[in-house]
Parts: sequence; C-alpha cells; structure tokens
Amino acid sequence: MGRERETPKEQQQVSYTVEQLVAVNPYNPDILPDLENYVNEQVSLQTYSLDANLCLLRLYQFEPERMSTQIVARILVKALMAMPAPDFSLCLFLIPERVQMEEQFKTLIVLSHYLETGRFRQFWDEAAKSRHIVEAVPGFEQAIQAYAIHVLSLTYQKIPRPVLAEAINIEGLSLDKFLEHQAANGGWILEKGHGRGQLIVLPQNEFNHPELKKSAADSVPLEHITRIFPILG
Amino acid sequence: MATNYDYEEAPATYDEAHRQDLGYDPNFVPDSVKSLVVHLYRHIREKNVYEIHQMYEISFQTLSDRLFKDTPWPSVDAVAHFVDNDQVFCLLYREMWFRHIYARLSPTLKQRIDSWDNYCSLFQVVLHSVVNMQLPNQWLWDMVDEFVYQFQSFCQYRAKMKNKTEQEIALLRQYDQAWNVYGVLNYLQAFVEKSNIIQILEQEKEGLEQFTATDGYDYSGGSNVLKVLGYFSMVGLLRVHCLLGDYQTGLKCLLPIDISQQGVYTSVIGSHITTIYHYGFANLMLRRYVDAIREFNKMLLYIYKTKQYHQKSPQYEQILKKNEQMYALLAICLSLCPQVKLVEETVNSQLREKYGEKMARMQRYDDEAFAIYDELFSYACPKFITPSAPSFEEPLVNYNQDAYRLQLKLFLYEVKQQQLLSGVRTFLKVYSTISLGKLANYMEVDDPTLRTILLTYKHKTHAVDSEGKVISNADVDFYIDDLQIQMAYTSNFGLTSG
Repeated sequence: MGRERETPKEQQQVSYTVEQLVAVNPYNPDILPDLENYVNEQVSLQTYSLDANLCLLRLYQFEPERMSTQIVARILVKALMAMPAPDFSLCLFLIPERVQMEEQFKTLIVLSHYLETGRFRQFWDEAAKSRHIVEAVPGFEQAIQAYAIHVLSLTYQKIPRPVLAEAINIEGLSLDKFLEHQAANGGWILEKGHGRGQLIVLPQNEFNHPELKKSAADSVPLEHITRIFPILG
Repeated sequence: MATNYDYEEAPATYDEAHRQDLGYDPNFVPDSVKSLVVHLYRHIREKNVYEIHQMYEISFQTLSDRLFKDTPWPSVDAVAHFVDNDQVFCLLYREMWFRHIYARLSPTLKQRIDSWDNYCSLFQVVLHSVVNMQLPNQWLWDMVDEFVYQFQSFCQYRAKMKNKTEQEIALLRQYDQAWNVYGVLNYLQAFVEKSNIIQILEQEKEGLEQFTATDGYDYSGGSNVLKVLGYFSMVGLLRVHCLLGDYQTGLKCLLPIDISQQGVYTSVIGSHITTIYHYGFANLMLRRYVDAIREFNKMLLYIYKTKQYHQKSPQYEQILKKNEQMYALLAICLSLCPQVKLVEETVNSQLREKYGEKMARMQRYDDEAFAIYDELFSYACPKFITPSAPSFEEPLVNYNQDAYRLQLKLFLYEVKQQQLLSGVRTFLKVYSTISLGKLANYMEVDDPTLRTILLTYKHKTHAVDSEGKVISNADVDFYIDDLQIQMAYTSNFGLTSG
C-alpha cells in the first residue's frame, strides 16, 4: 500500500532531513521547495509520508500563488495508494474547491469514490482511461490491488475466482501465476468450486472469522425483529 | 446549505468606533479600578496565586459589569503609573483590555492590529526573558484561547472584502503581518518548544518530573507561566489545525496529552471542553467514530454533572453552547456508526430528547436525511477559516464561507457514500445466514451490486487507527462463504435462515 520501504543510504539522508523539518519547523514558507522535492522523491522511490504532504498542502493553503497542481495531483495519487487509510480525504480537506473542480482532480475524486464503495470494476475501467495520471506514479497498480485484497479479506472466507479477478484486475495466466504465488507464500488455498470454477480460501483473520474475535457480539433485541417481519411479507 | 452558520459579528465601521468613544475618557480611572490594578500588581509580585485568581475571575468581571458595560476599560497609559510602569503588568493589562473589547464591544481594525502587537510583545517577553510570576491556569488558558479566537475572528473579518472602506483596505495592506497564520502557528509552536513541555510530560510518566500533580504550578520558587502556556498551546494548535481543516496534524499536536486521564487540561473547564470538542470533531472527520463517541460521551456526562457549579462563571454561556454542539456531533456519529452501547444512560436520554427524531430520519438516508446532516454539521462545526491574505483586486468579494463550504461538502460526500449501508444493516440484523441471491432479491439489486454494497459496508465499518491498525466499529458483522452470507453471531430470538 505504498508505506515506507528501505531506501539507498544517500537518499535516506535527504528524507531524514525533510522529515526533521516537518517535525521541528513545519510552519515555515522556506521549506516549500524541499517538500515539493520530497513528493517527487516519494513517487520515484515508492516511499510515502502523509505528514510531509499535509505540511506542503498547508503551505499551499497559506500561499495559494505558490501551489503546483501537478504536485498536488501526485500527492493525491500517493494518498489513494495508502487506502484503506483515509489519507485521500485528509488531503482534499486542504485543497480549495476551485482547484478540485479541475479535470484531473475530478477524475481522481471519482477513482477514490469507486474504491471507497467497492466498485472495483468501474475503478479499473476509469483508471485505464486515465493512464497519464496513474502511470506517472510507480507502484500504483500494486497498491490498489493490495487494498482490494484487504477489503476482500475483511469480507470473504471463500471467494469465487471471477470476483477476485475483477477486483484486482488480473485475469487468465497472470491470475494463475498470482494465485500460485499467494498459495505458496500468502496462506491462500485454492479449491475447486462445484462446477462453477475456482474458489479461493483467504487467510483467516478476526474480520472474516468472527470466532477469532475476543469480545462477543450482542444479540438482536426483539423489537428489531417484529419491525422487520411486515417487510418480509 | 444551512444558514445558521453565519458568523455573528457586527461590522466595526468608523461610526462604531466613534460610538465606542462616546462618554469614554480613556484617561479617567475610577477608584475601584485603581484599587484593582494596585492590588493585582502586588499579588502578582508576591505570587499569591489564589488572590490573583479571585481578582481575575471575579473582581474584573464585576467591575466590567458595573462600570464598563459598553465602554472600554481605562487605557493602559492611565493606569501604568499605579504599577511602577511595570512592562509585564502593562502587557497583561492590555491583553485583558482588548479581550474586553472583543467580548462586550466590537473591535475596529486598528484595535485588532494593536491587539496582535500586544500579543507579540507579551509572548516575546515570556519566551525570551526570565518571567518570575505564577499565574492561575484559568488566566493562562484564557490567553491562549483568546489568542486563537482573535486570529479566527480576524480571518473571518478579513475575508469579507466586499464592504471594506478605503481606510480599512489601506490599513490591511500596510499591516499585512498582523494575525498572519505563520506568526500565530509559530508562537504556539514556540511555547511548546521553549517550555519543553513534551519532555516534561514524558518524564513525568517515569516519575522524574512533577507537573500534573501540582496542576502545573511551580512550588520551588520558579514560574509556571512558560510551562503552562506551552501546555495549553498544544490545545491551541489542535484548534488552529481544525480551523484549517487539517485534522490529522491537529490530533498529532495533542498527542502528548493523555486524554484518558485527568490532567492540567481538565483543571480549567474551558480547556477541558475545547480539547474534547476538537478531539471529537477531528476524529469524526477522520471517520474514527468510536473514538469520537467515547470522548463526547465522557465530556457530556461530566458537563451534566458539573455545570451547576459554573452558573456564575463568565464561561457559562460558552459551556452551554459547546454542550449543545457536542450533542449534535454525537447524534451525527451515532447515525453513521450505531454503537449505542458506548453511550451512558444519562447522556443517551438527553440525546434522545434533543435529537431522537432527527437521528431516526438521518438513518433513512433520503434527501431529508442529508438536509439534517447538513443542519447539524453546520450548527456544530468549528468556524473554519481561509488563512491566506485576500486579493485586493476588484471586484472585492466575500469569501468567508469558502472554508466552511468545502468541509461541509466533503463531509456530506462521505455521508452519501454510507447511504447504502443503512439498508443492508437492517437485513443483516434479522438473519443468521442468507444467500447472496436471496438478499439481492430483497434489496432489489443485482448480485454484483450487492457484493459492492457488502464490500462498502466492510470498508466503512473498519477504520484505520492512528497506528495504522484496522479496527472494526461494526455493530453487526458478517462474512461471505462463497454464495452464502453468515452473520457474526447467533441469537436466541429465533432468527430466520434466509
């Protein structure tokens, strides 16, 4: 999902300094160029820092004439890659409405909307139409696939192959390879479904296996049920 | 869009300033005022914190009510010679002088600018020289609180360019540094750093420091001013960041304060409420509904039990206002995240009384529901600001509502995304298990749509906390086994199998 990874030593020096600036002297217009460079570095090195990017968005808010919409777009793409964290919304809160009306931002907001509402097919269709935006950031596809798998893992114990395929936008032989890899390293189990095709058993967690949760859930009060029955007819 | 957001402040034109001056002689010092400043000055020099607090809380208010209902206090120049022309005392007096203007009258632009200058001078003294005073926490909190309030007020004022006079525009251009956002943030940050408060709180946990135990007061002959200002500045920073729409950073600024415990922030009711109100609001915008509900619940219960003790206090009206706003925010949180068991009985019954009907309507997610979300949000939200300087080019516009409009829009957008969840929640509560096909039928959607609804439900009810961990706040949960939905519990009320 685009979180921090190991970086080569010299580049680590630069990031360390920027992170320090953000921690120690964030309300300083002079660090704006450093923060912009840092965004570009996050893109090319596939690292991520929400705090630094929020700091930059704030500075843009303080001095709108210095705002670079290209940098803002990159920040938003990185934020999208951080899902399920709400980073995309957090960034939008700091971006003026008139900027959000620009075409590239409207597209990003639509992409975010699809991801927030589990509409993966529509997401991949739209992303394919906006290659120039999303291809500019390496690791985008993988990050979204990781998010898709995350939500699927919350929801499914067993998931039909076509549903998975649509969510992560991988099909055919590539999907076979992907599934083999996950079965070998990720604890996935591949089953044969009753004549309908493959079923994938996702790893157990407390969200798709509630018995693994520590606290007991409450039972439904009687009034709830009596209210429902008229609807069922 | 709801209209009750309008920032209530009478425009301070030249006539207003003139009216302020009618019958007001800045050099006339009534005996009671002379007595007050002389005694206050002495108590400050002698570090009699209790007496200072009495004079600050009570005497000052009483005199304001009696003698200065709609005029300013005597000018600082008129009282200076009663207090040895003490620089620090005069700065403190001036701070209260301006606060009185904001509270009872309407500040002119010049007064706003002069107040900023006064804060700069006062803060410079505290930050860069050795201040040997002990002031009551109430006073120190009021200073930080007022500082942020005047900043917010100035941004609102400045954003209404449409009816500005030429004089006002000239002044704004000339004093473009007054109340600039960098200055405000950097002063608060400077207090936090110079006071070393974060390290002090850390070391207190290890028993190496005393701060909370003494309510921030220094019993070894030193001063509490810098430390406590540093402490309250963390709350100040939370507040400013919320006004800017940066909730994540706001919460980060508050992190050194452990709100699961009592602390110096609870030593002053205003500070306690401001902290929790903004903490809750920020968590609401971060979709951490459970955290928001927990804290609002605790705070509202506390206010319910203790508000009678504050009836005579000048903060009483503010306490009541924030109380009502937090009920509105709680109603919103519970409509988006029905976890009623987190709410204490007393608070719940108050909530039902105030918002029971509205909450029922909000959970229907139709157009009327959105209107109610809009209404409650607009009523309860902070007074968001646009921090950048205005454009002085024609045509002059009012942009004071822009920040609020954006936050509201994004909030309602989130509500809209959660629209489909209410319906599915109802069904999930009734069945212990049901096939995807049957549920899709009942909900009158096709299979793929149902799958996306269920994914949305899972995503929206599983928030990411501050450490990146996924936490479920779902009141009813399920998992899907191929084509079958299984609920996360079995009930003994004879639930149906779909």
